[in-house]
Amino acid sequence: MSTTDTVRRPRTTTDFDEELIPRYTFVERVNHWFGAVTYSYCLITGLAFWTPYLYWLAAIVGGGPTARFWHPWFGLFFTVSQFFMFMQWGGDMEVDNDDRVWADNIKAYIENEDDKLPPVGRFNWGQKIYFWAMVGSTILLLLSGFVLWYVEAVPWSFHILRYVAILIHASVALITIGLFLIHVYMSTLLEEGSFASMVHGNVTRAWAWTFHRKWYYQVTGKSRPNQ
Amino acid sequence: MSQASTEIIRISGHAGTVPGAGLNREFQVCKLVDTTTCIGCKACEVACLEWNGYTFSQTTFNNSYQTMPETAWNYWNLIKFNEHERDDGSMMLLMRKDQCMHCEEPGCLEACPADGAIVQYANGIVDFQEAHCIGCGYCVTGCPFNIPKFSPEAHKVFKCTLCNDRVSVGLEPACIKACPTGCLHFGTKSEMKDLAEFRAEQLRDVSGFADAGVYDPAGIGGTHVIYVLHDAKNPELYGGLPKDPHIPYSVWLWKKPLKWLGNLAMIGGIVGLALHYLRVGPKKEEPIPPEDRGPS
Repeated sequence: MSTTDTVRRPRTTTDFDEELIPRYTFVERVNHWFGAVTYSYCLITGLAFWTPYLYWLAAIVGGGPTARFWHPWFGLFFTVSQFFMFMQWGGDMEVDNDDRVWADNIKAYIENEDDKLPPVGRFNWGQKIYFWAMVGSTILLLLSGFVLWYVEAVPWSFHILRYVAILIHASVALITIGLFLIHVYMSTLLEEGSFASMVHGNVTRAWAWTFHRKWYYQVTGKSRPNQ
Repeated sequence: MSQASTEIIRISGHAGTVPGAGLNREFQVCKLVDTTTCIGCKACEVACLEWNGYTFSQTTFNNSYQTMPETAWNYWNLIKFNEHERDDGSMMLLMRKDQCMHCEEPGCLEACPADGAIVQYANGIVDFQEAHCIGCGYCVTGCPFNIPKFSPEAHKVFKCTLCNDRVSVGLEPACIKACPTGCLHFGTKSEMKDLAEFRAEQLRDVSGFADAGVYDPAGIGGTHVIYVLHDAKNPELYGGLPKDPHIPYSVWLWKKPLKWLGNLAMIGGIVGLALHYLRVGPKKEEPIPPEDRGPS
């Protein structure tokens, strides 16, 4: 399918290429997986409340009442992980001009023609958008979630809050599910080496050079050629 | 309901036809509350507590006769009092017994995500099955009458059952039995509707209430609790009875278009990602060209 294969160099990596360089610290990985587990819990229980066809999902986490009790708490835990992610990665997530060019040519990325794209820093445009969309969604889910959490605390004179909250909570959750699906697909199946990097914390030089070239130059102290 | 199951269709050793065969019986029940003959004695409130096994709790005084501001998870029947000043300056004490309306199209049931937590019987009673309730409170969002109440102790939601346990064995609801003035009636929906219309006509023609009428709102397909009001044009006067109740638009949006769009998007997304992988495959790392190696 990929016509660029014919113009690429032969895919043989050297020992130098396979040397490991650190990408995620231990704390970053722990926080990532804390977020992953808490999000997944909210996803499973949330889908159970979303449609009768998935209500059985509540059974695998202890039944409907248990799911209802813990869903908001896990939402809070997820918010905590998002806060620390914001502290850890917020600075690396600023969208720059290279990212905008990258975004304009995202078709090439989707078709695995990565060599047609401008060099990428520690995170690419897609990861940055995912990050900021998740941060924004977390805030909206938290605010609407509080209204839904304490049913008896919202007086009837403010019941319009419930109407707004239920729509926001469901819509934003759907957006995060879309983002989450893409995130999981790309990091486990699509981009080889990504999943391992979030487990072990390291990537190979070749991986860094291929997918995050600006970051590769930065961490290896090599100046960027041709510029 | 119980009558439906005991209707005889065949009789052994019986000469002739089955008595009553082919008869069309109506099983839809209805409670009629005639606010014009209510004296605010609260016997219905007490009867409700007693029958349903709740104890008296502290009341909230708010410069009126009303026991508390609204019904509670353990107080399902509440007379709402309103001191209404009429155009001629005279005062009317409007009293309306507030409880679950048992809607024909119940918003609580529409909003509920828990399998079997809310059921609607063929006789029209909408009943909460607390054993299946998960305490999410979505029913509170779906109800246009502010009836389901969350119990922080039980983590479940409670409301009037229309005494389903009594009705199913041929008894009238406890509130009806306790009413001393006869302002509460119980029977089939059509009987109660006829009686209500008759009373409203009487109020219009004889008692000088030109706007008297029956409250059986169409927006939720009618209710199994109906009211006779002196002023049917202003139901809000009667403790905030909504003029045109309906299932909230946001609940409709959430449960109909958003649900189907969301389900399609989720399934479409998974299929799309799978197709993407089959079409373009994984991204693999590439060897670093010599000019980009070292010095570090």
